[in-house]
Amino acid sequence: MVDAIQSPAQAAFWFIQGRVLFWIIDILGTACFAYIVAKRMAPLMRAQRDIRFDRIWLRVGRLLQFWFGQWRHPRYLAAGIIHIFLFAGFIILVIHTVGLMAMGTSDGPVAEGGVYGAISDYAATVVFLCMMVAIMRRLLKPARYAVPERYGKAHTADAIFLLALIAALMAADSVFEASYAASAWQQHLHGGSLAFLSLPWMLQGALAAAPLAVLTNLYLGAYLVHELTFFFLLCYRPFGIQFHVETSLFTVFFAKLDRGTVKPVRWGVADDQLDQVKSFGVKTFEDFTWKHMLDFYSCADCGRCSDQCPANAVGRPLSPRFLSIKARDYVYQHYPVWGGAAGNGQPLIGGIYSEDEIWSCTTCGACEAECPLLIEYIDKIVDMRRGMVDDGKVPQSLQKPLKALESRGNPFGKMEKKKADWVKAKDFQATCNVQILNGEHDASTLYFVDSITSYDDRIQAIGRATARILDRSGENFGILGAVEKDSGHDVRRFGEETLFMALRDHNTEAIKASGVQRIVTSDPHAYNALKHDYKDMPPVEHISELMARKVQAGDIKLNALENTNDVYAYHDPCYLGRHNGVYDAPRDVLDAIPGLKRVEMQRSRDRSFCCGGGGLALFYEPKEDQRMGVKRVQMAAEAGANVIVTACPFCMVNMEDAIKVAGMEGKMTAIDLTELVEKQMR
Amino acid sequence: MEILVCARRVPDTSENEIEMNSAGNDIERDDLVYSVNEPDNYAVEEALQMVERAGGNVTVVTVGGDDDEEILRREMAMGAKNGVLLSDGSFEGSDGRGIAAILAAYVKKNRYDLILTGVQAEDGAAQVGGMLAAMLDYPFASLVNSIEVLDGKLKISREIEGGNKEMSEIDLPCVLSIQTGINEPRYVGMRGIRQVASVPIPTLGAQDLGLNGGLNGGVGAAAAKVKRVDYFVPPAGKGAEMLEGSSEEIADKLIELLKAKGGLK
Repeated sequence: MVDAIQSPAQAAFWFIQGRVLFWIIDILGTACFAYIVAKRMAPLMRAQRDIRFDRIWLRVGRLLQFWFGQWRHPRYLAAGIIHIFLFAGFIILVIHTVGLMAMGTSDGPVAEGGVYGAISDYAATVVFLCMMVAIMRRLLKPARYAVPERYGKAHTADAIFLLALIAALMAADSVFEASYAASAWQQHLHGGSLAFLSLPWMLQGALAAAPLAVLTNLYLGAYLVHELTFFFLLCYRPFGIQFHVETSLFTVFFAKLDRGTVKPVRWGVADDQLDQVKSFGVKTFEDFTWKHMLDFYSCADCGRCSDQCPANAVGRPLSPRFLSIKARDYVYQHYPVWGGAAGNGQPLIGGIYSEDEIWSCTTCGACEAECPLLIEYIDKIVDMRRGMVDDGKVPQSLQKPLKALESRGNPFGKMEKKKADWVKAKDFQATCNVQILNGEHDASTLYFVDSITSYDDRIQAIGRATARILDRSGENFGILGAVEKDSGHDVRRFGEETLFMALRDHNTEAIKASGVQRIVTSDPHAYNALKHDYKDMPPVEHISELMARKVQAGDIKLNALENTNDVYAYHDPCYLGRHNGVYDAPRDVLDAIPGLKRVEMQRSRDRSFCCGGGGLALFYEPKEDQRMGVKRVQMAAEAGANVIVTACPFCMVNMEDAIKVAGMEGKMTAIDLTELVEKQMR
Repeated sequence: MEILVCARRVPDTSENEIEMNSAGNDIERDDLVYSVNEPDNYAVEEALQMVERAGGNVTVVTVGGDDDEEILRREMAMGAKNGVLLSDGSFEGSDGRGIAAILAAYVKKNRYDLILTGVQAEDGAAQVGGMLAAMLDYPFASLVNSIEVLDGKLKISREIEGGNKEMSEIDLPCVLSIQTGINEPRYVGMRGIRQVASVPIPTLGAQDLGLNGGLNGGVGAAAAKVKRVDYFVPPAGKGAEMLEGSSEEIADKLIELLKAKGGLK
């Protein structure tokens, strides 16, 4: 085959032959990249263990879905579509780029031509256009890109520089293709046609009449620029926000598989060996696991996590995005590429993070449900709380409930013998007898009540509604009574692992001794704990799942609503919805009530907005501009609802408080799904 | 600086429903949970912070029985280096002066630069600190809410009426009673307590302290000059005063009331 232009390998660049020059560039560029990556991996080698090589096929599947399939990107439609085009372009251009590189060092074929050639022409065009749009978006920023002063400076200039480099890469590629094609066309040789309307095609049009000498210079110049830009980008990305181009594959592959769970204190250390672990949790950067460090590298700074984060929305000093960005800035500074690691081992709290920042999280999981790269936040937050608990740095507002959990088994400091007093309410006890499974009675189903439903005057009504529903729908059930301790769900999530383990072990024994075959609970936090934090439990159901089942089977029949003017909105509790995927059961139950008008809030299902948090979050006194619950009841009002239905005792507390704080009494009411069903049950 | 903190185990008021027993001469003591007397916890935290700044050791001492060891463990888990239990059958029934005498006997056998107590025990009378200082012939300051270490003395502030502070210098060695709010005590969890579970806690009796009990030492029930004769629940007062009117009127009335009662200036 005759080449239309002398190939880069054969051409002379100044006094050096192309082949030699490009060998040097390739080797130097690759070595430089390898060195930088090795330096970036250095902290991961000093990190804590993390077990991420299990369930390989599941991981491959998730890689295909979330990485290759870009599954979560369209959730932010405009940015998502741009990214999908970009990603597709990059994937397509991988082969093209390798081919180009080979051209500089060998006498192989010059142009791919054919179908792939056309596709890669279009890919380069699409990537180029996406870069233009992306640069515009960095200039005319969506609100979520803003960087509040307390979190540092925006990386806008860096972002634009990187985007411009990619655009330059595409432009160089296109000039290269176009000059070759123009030359081939002039000489009536093979390779003279490019993909219609692609960037190279347009450039070819512009160069159609250029003299061969000019085309040759453009061709070789573009090749050189392309190679240099390619290696510069490759080596520069690990210094900025675009490292995710390389690391995302691994971050997604190694992503957490089990939602609703919390990572162990130390991977590979059994619970009974924990006493030998000198320090709990994450105190210094090196206490993070290697996967969590990898997450920091992979964050693309897109801001979706913080856009969804309720703590960020109400002005708490927490933004998940900046948990990652600050950690990345830290690791870049303390593990520099040039020179040795310096000044590491610094405490994170009081350094890059503040105590309030880490306590501000309600572990609602909105950030994790949104991150396109499946970056984890809750485990990191919990790990840092474990570190603070270990160092005694616990806010005074949380110390009393923790102490009460230790001595009384509930955060309120109420006496154990009063745990079952809620069943003794006058009108209730006469019509619904709740057995206490203390050895004298046995039942097939355990109603695990948990602390707030047992002791809080208002919330006890949810307990009684639940018991009545179980009773009337023919369940043989009982409660543990005084023996039941707090599930410890939020004790664990607030970092007090040792206390959690004591509560868990106590309850596990009590549940096993009761001989029940199933557990039902009306508290999503208890539900999540029993399901994911406890081991070897009988099957656990949330009451909404049981109700949906019984409604379907006809065991629960519901009367029509008397007041059909009310409009209902269902609020997804975080630990029922996002952490356990129970979205439809409560809605099915609501829709089974004849005459009930239901609307969806804009933020529902996996984008539900946390009420303010459950468990110990009720005791924590955050620094915030507004309550999460107030925002939430306003969202319900915006959706046109005047009744918020929840399925979680903590949501009820927060919603009712919020209605008062927002001055919406009389305009908005909150009701638990069980209370509504009890009222409508035939 | 060697610091001794005198602590006490009391029924935790936030985790118990304190009720009278059927005889009406004591509170119902079944099913009570106990914790470190809260002001004592602040005293230990303050001692730990002073030692972190100025070096030295913190020792926590309590007078009581085997059950009281748990609070020593808790304070040791907080960071106190030593715990000492002063326990003897002859100590039982001591009044405030008796407790002070036991503590004084212990202090005389050791050397401490500074002795801290909580401002008062939740079931006590805020008397031991002052008496202990008198018995040792040490200077004493009560209601201390900040401490700064100077050379051979301390600069302290005391809370006085209306939330004002009085600054004083006090020579070492001395006894201070610590007001809550002086710091934010660190958290101690089960793990911390477990880590000090096997650290030995010496128990010292009357003989070890050179106290012979009886009337001489002022220690024990027989020597007590203050005796509890009864407990009673005060009759309920007139009840709450409900302020009425618009939110603004209510706020105005509330401010007026707070001013009248000295809560606002």
